Amino acid sequence: MSAASLQESTAGSLESIEDLLETLEAELIGLAPVKTRIREIAALLQIDQLRRQHQLSSAAPTLHMSFTGNPGTGKTTVALRMGEILKRLGYLRSGHLVAVTRDDLVGQYIGHTAPKTREVIRKAMGGVLFVDEAYYLYKPENERDYGTESIEILLQAMENHRDDLVVILAGYGDRMAQFFRSNPGMRSRIGHHIDFPDYSAPELLAIAKLMLAQQNYRLDRAGEEAFAEYIALRMKQEHFANARSIRNALDRARLRQASRLVALRGATLTREALMTIEAADIRGSRLFRTESRESRPEGADQ
Amino acid sequence: MTSTHRITQGQFSFLPDLTDAQITAQIRYALAQGWAVNVEYTDDPHPRNTYWEMYGLPLFDLRDPAGILAEINACRQTFPEHYVRVTAFDATRGWETPRMSFIVNRPKEEPRFALVRQEAQGRVLRYTTRERS
Repeated sequence: MSAASLQESTAGSLESIEDLLETLEAELIGLAPVKTRIREIAALLQIDQLRRQHQLSSAAPTLHMSFTGNPGTGKTTVALRMGEILKRLGYLRSGHLVAVTRDDLVGQYIGHTAPKTREVIRKAMGGVLFVDEAYYLYKPENERDYGTESIEILLQAMENHRDDLVVILAGYGDRMAQFFRSNPGMRSRIGHHIDFPDYSAPELLAIAKLMLAQQNYRLDRAGEEAFAEYIALRMKQEHFANARSIRNALDRARLRQASRLVALRGATLTREALMTIEAADIRGSRLFRTESRESRPEGADQ
Repeated sequence: MTSTHRITQGQFSFLPDLTDAQITAQIRYALAQGWAVNVEYTDDPHPRNTYWEMYGLPLFDLRDPAGILAEINACRQTFPEHYVRVTAFDATRGWETPRMSFIVNRPKEEPRFALVRQEAQGRVLRYTTRERS
């Protein structure tokens, strides 16, 4: 096969991969290291495909991954996408995601764990097995814990069914590091350790706008300013969970918007009014109230 | 019958043994139809022996044939001298029955069956299929 025809034959798939990466760029805000790694994997798989057409054989790459990062940094969201991405790249056959936690893998009595874990692995074949909070599988304080058995079976499947299955382990950074330290076999079988960074304030605002747009809401200009202030305040709070906190804040803003509209009683509500979240809906938050009581200058009420 | 005697029952049994790729293709079809696939084995291939032993549990809710093929291979390894078949069960109301069934493993020496005729009252003939050594 000549080089020219090669290019033609892969042009279609290349295009769809470009599309895919572009939607990823648009819909996943921030997460630069994650996107870089996805691009690298996409490139590798494309080149592998071309090499195969030239009869340059090489073993299929292992794509088991570990996602580490703070709460709300998009680990599950990316894992969901990963199945679809790897399917488009021709690495997975069906690209579905089976999300499990310790409960789904570990049994309650002797001999229960192995069949349970194997069943989950069978269900995930052809797609992605996403083990959330994977460190719960290993409990060093209890040596009779069945989690270890589950890890062993998982390792075996990751080795023997490399072509059928992509395993993604996810969890918070420090605890995952500890998990890998106590399970070196797991560490060495995972080729891609991807760290999800925290979002910056402008990224969080962009995420908020995207979330609202997906639910047919939008912020007006004053609302946007208010929300930017809200984000700055919220980030200083304890238990800040990145995008998850933003989603919760938006849900509360929607509540306030709804009660504001209901209070208008009688006024005909335009489509515009139903869609818009105003500054008042956001400044109703508890955060602003404590702030104003303590340090905000007078006049900045609401 | 020639010396390469083969039991024929279920689908594809007049064909040469299916390869793993062919089995995978069949299973993929069954899964696409939403049927539950099972692996069964027996050492008694008598045509009247309908209920074979089930290997493990029925494989519900699978999306990909790879998991079932792994199960088939495990069964073949455990019972190399047994018959192993794959059935696909359709739970749709009105069907509720196996829609596919084919043999994926045979012993090296397959049993032969002979037809035994018994004359009964009048001109009635009774037939029995009996294993023949």
